[in-house]
Amino acid sequence: MAEAHPVGFQWVMEAKRRGAKVFHIDPRFTRTSALADSYLPIRAGSDIALLGGVIRYILDNELDFREYVVAYTNAATIVTEEYADTEDMHGLFSGFNDDNATYDQSSWRYEGHTQAATTQDSETQRETAAGLENESHGAPVGGETERDETLQHPRCVYQILKRHYARYTPEMVERVCGIPQEKFLELAQAWTENSGRDRTGMLVYSVGWTQHSVGVQYIRTGAIIQLLLGNVGRPGGGVMALRGHASIQGSTDIPTLFNLLPGYLPMPHHANHPTLAKWVDSIAHPGQKGFWGNARTYGVNLLKAYWGAAATADNDYCYGYLPRMTGDHGTYQQVLDMIDGKIKGYFLLGQNPAVGSAHGRAQRLGMANLDWLVVRDLFMIESATFWQNAPEIETGEIMPAECRTEVFFLPAASHVEKEGTFTQTQRLLQWREKAVEPPGDARSELWFFYHLGRVIRERLATSTRPRDRALLDLAWDYPTHGPHAEPSAEAVLLEINGYDVTSGRPLASFTEMKDDGSTAGGCWIYTGVYADGVNQAARRKPGAEQSLVAPEWGWAWPANRRILYNRASADPDGNPWSERKRYVWWDAEKGEWTGYDVPDFEKTKPPSYRPEHGASGVAGIAGDDPFILQGDGKGWLYAPTGVLDGPLPTHYEPVESPVRNPLYRQQANPTRKVYTHPINTLNPSPPEPYSQVFPFVFTVSRLTEHHTAGGMSRTVSPLAELQPEMFVEVSPELAVGRGLTHLGWAHLVTARAAIEARVLVTDRLTPLRVDGRIIHQVWLPYHFGFEGLVTGDSANDLFGISLDPNVLIQESKVGTCDVRPGRRPTGPALLDLVADYQRRAGITPGQHAPAVTEDNEGKEHGAS
Amino acid sequence: MLPDPNSLYGPLDPAPDAGYENAPPRMGFFTDTSVCIGCKACEVACKEWNGVPESGLDLLGMSYDNTGALTANSWRHVAFIEQPRTAGHLAAPADVLGAPVDTGSDRPVEAGPQFLGMPGAQPPGRGWGAEGRTDFRWLMMSDVCKHCTHAACLDVCPTGSLFRTEFGTVVVQEDICNGCGYCISACPYGVIDQRKGDGRAWKCTLCYDRLGAGMTPACAQACPTESIQYGPLDELRERAAARVETLHDRGVPEARLYGHDPNDGVGGDGAFFLLLDEPEVYGLPPDPVVTTRDLPKMWKRAGLAALAMAAATVAAFVGGSS
Repeated sequence: MAEAHPVGFQWVMEAKRRGAKVFHIDPRFTRTSALADSYLPIRAGSDIALLGGVIRYILDNELDFREYVVAYTNAATIVTEEYADTEDMHGLFSGFNDDNATYDQSSWRYEGHTQAATTQDSETQRETAAGLENESHGAPVGGETERDETLQHPRCVYQILKRHYARYTPEMVERVCGIPQEKFLELAQAWTENSGRDRTGMLVYSVGWTQHSVGVQYIRTGAIIQLLLGNVGRPGGGVMALRGHASIQGSTDIPTLFNLLPGYLPMPHHANHPTLAKWVDSIAHPGQKGFWGNARTYGVNLLKAYWGAAATADNDYCYGYLPRMTGDHGTYQQVLDMIDGKIKGYFLLGQNPAVGSAHGRAQRLGMANLDWLVVRDLFMIESATFWQNAPEIETGEIMPAECRTEVFFLPAASHVEKEGTFTQTQRLLQWREKAVEPPGDARSELWFFYHLGRVIRERLATSTRPRDRALLDLAWDYPTHGPHAEPSAEAVLLEINGYDVTSGRPLASFTEMKDDGSTAGGCWIYTGVYADGVNQAARRKPGAEQSLVAPEWGWAWPANRRILYNRASADPDGNPWSERKRYVWWDAEKGEWTGYDVPDFEKTKPPSYRPEHGASGVAGIAGDDPFILQGDGKGWLYAPTGVLDGPLPTHYEPVESPVRNPLYRQQANPTRKVYTHPINTLNPSPPEPYSQVFPFVFTVSRLTEHHTAGGMSRTVSPLAELQPEMFVEVSPELAVGRGLTHLGWAHLVTARAAIEARVLVTDRLTPLRVDGRIIHQVWLPYHFGFEGLVTGDSANDLFGISLDPNVLIQESKVGTCDVRPGRRPTGPALLDLVADYQRRAGITPGQHAPAVTEDNEGKEHGAS
Repeated sequence: MLPDPNSLYGPLDPAPDAGYENAPPRMGFFTDTSVCIGCKACEVACKEWNGVPESGLDLLGMSYDNTGALTANSWRHVAFIEQPRTAGHLAAPADVLGAPVDTGSDRPVEAGPQFLGMPGAQPPGRGWGAEGRTDFRWLMMSDVCKHCTHAACLDVCPTGSLFRTEFGTVVVQEDICNGCGYCISACPYGVIDQRKGDGRAWKCTLCYDRLGAGMTPACAQACPTESIQYGPLDELRERAAARVETLHDRGVPEARLYGHDPNDGVGGDGAFFLLLDEPEVYGLPPDPVVTTRDLPKMWKRAGLAALAMAAATVAAFVGGSS
């Protein structure tokens, strides 16, 4: 966190001053480790084994916050008999379908529920990254469940959890992660001791944690621990996701993702959502509890914001105009389609895939096969100059004279040269003013898209073709100002907030939204940011002049609520769990919820409220159900549906690993998204033969001095000079073993690429003893590319493409490689080197390890 | 007449001594390395505000330090010291804020010489094998001009380019500097430096232009963890003493101040530090002395020598004529 989020790390230092204990778990010793109380080196890709060990420690020693767990989580809920666990199936859950390597989730359902109410088959869900839809609302389940609050029923979630993690012993943690048992126990003890009625503990991760073939399950494992310890919905608790850029949270809320619309409404699928009614029903799940019952309202308001007066009840509010998904349109599928010539044109905004995305060579070859490419950036980045400067020029794979891609480079305004909001990890919107005019032709994104739309609409103005109606009917009328006709960002924020169509009055809350077209709002969860016609995101009352929650600094969605699910900060009767952790509570005299924050609960619903049998939507949420967006109002230790790779996180090895999974016969995530495109060659992992050709683990991350793919730092002298060259960090032991010298050169080889880097020999990298052998890990920064003041080979070139099935995030934080002294060969010899490695490793194009690991001759792994 | 010897050595409030009437309180930096996260925001903020040019695109291999030293083109310098814990630590191991650290099995301390943070032939890390690994320390420290009470650079400057400000800081006026370079050899810390292709001497101004406007120097403003604190020196010294005490209470006996003592060889620094090891580990001189300290003595000796020479000459003539 100190390494990639130094400004946010000030609050960790502040917590330390007040006595907080900080543990840091990372494959390399970073600036964060230097300031932490304790540092645990870990083998990259083994986090679920570590956290599973913590879950076992909690359950075995009964250290869970029992009152919280029974009342607020689904620990007591009973699961159907049909469910079978990884314990009994060599690392698979019940319902696995060999044909398409997905799970039929119906056997995971709660007892008494007829069928997990998904509307889509699991293959379509994987194709469309459906897991993202669950980011802010639970997967669909019925509201009424069978429970055993003594937690003794053998099929209650608590007991299932206990069995599932029984084999994640401290010995196993040591064997899988390379973390000494005493270090593990120190962590487990500190975490549990600092949780409960009087204390809370926080789990903080950065984006790299998600970039695994089991990325979603990493986060879920953390969430299970935090729920068991009562650390969710309470001050000082939670799972804090540090985002990778200033407004990545904002770009999921108002998404730049293919499968989401603003406010976590799913992008319609052409086959499953033919009508508005079908689309909103697939979100609301009639009969389910919670706030998603009003999905129609949110959907209609979005359509009204898009199409204004043209959107009427008679035409389903122009629902027919919305684009439809037909399958996987994720970034990696698109790149492979570019290579295959299926995509003609592409827009890149603030993104540098030639350096920043996995399998850089595939990225560059894909872009070199487009008709046209628009790049909007602050500097001439690698993704704009690949056709003349890419490493593939030297190898002869791209010839500048013949490269067909026409690149349009449009200079962009930086964040200080335009106004708008950033939404950070706390869902806090902070307005920023324009400080200086952008230089030359540089313009804001808002300017670009507004005028692009304006020009296209002018060109089409006389068109009578039905397909152009969606564009021509858009409400595309923003006030502009200045010599360049810059659209008003505040006008856009007002539209996002929502307003009464007749009077124009800004809405104060999404509860004011109507589903009859009388209100319009671009993102229901942002409603209130422009309440009273005031830009609430621009508020900057100093912290010293207000309460610790600081409600008058910026504005947080939803409803300016700073901690989600904060009903859980009070006990089931509505009283604070403790004086020390008082946050939101029930005021019996006034008959309302009150506290330091905006209560995340219906204001006057008493703790004693119990829904009528069969109640759905908001009315179905009981007075002691804090998780108001979940179908059963409970925090999910166990996911009866919606998580495509299983109801409980399970340790699978990374797709590329030098180690046979010590826990199960199943080696890697069986449901991972596999691309068998011939360019996507993967290193073999046990039990496949020849994994020893790539004996070392490599991981990549950031340096404080640089920003992501380097477009904003390698181009700027005061930053570039602070880390002026690509390097690889190796332990002294590996340096001796491989003949590497400090500040000398090394090159790293995978089945995709060979890259070179200067060597830093350092004790900050340590060999680990894993499953009885020494595993060496090396670390690289992923900031370097071939443009800018400082250049170097790109670490992401080393990765292949393997994705998490839930959200299609790539596994780009762990892989295997070989490390050799000296510089890499150049020109065609470079291709020969990689080809030679492929040959030695027995890799043929399109060949991938089977989804389900067959290993009948081997020992039974980890069975107790 | 020779100046009061005390003005070249010992405790002093430099601004009034330099002739300022009703000078504001002496301002300075307290850099607490125990909370430094090595982000180098200070280096970048300094360069941005002061328009300091690039100092070279070289990978130095000194851990994450690619700046190397304070130079004409680097007025803040963050040192990184990768340090195995060695026998030098007598008390129970503890981290910088005081919680005990489990070192696991003892490292074989005889395995190598103590690493002093100096660049050398050996790589900064030395291995003990997978079993012998324990936590080690990664020290970070943002170095800067010390703005000495007795600033030798200022004393030797023949043009008056270097001057004492009303805040007690020491600033080079680039339009007066003639590039003679006397100040460079005079600085006991090796801070001030000549810019290549320019010839003039450059160093930290403690953001004199910001101070006059009531603003905080750029580096301190940018520091996210308050490792660099700016304020009246008296307050900073109190705060620093309290911080050392806190750290000692929390089991960090190695915490000590550097440059805080008005009785040291430079009369105390306007920019002083809390360190977690010997100054040499950070590349700081252990006992800096203002290079002009002995000037009065030297003048006396020179005077005596001149008198003796004169007497001898007179004697020789007198003797010769006799």
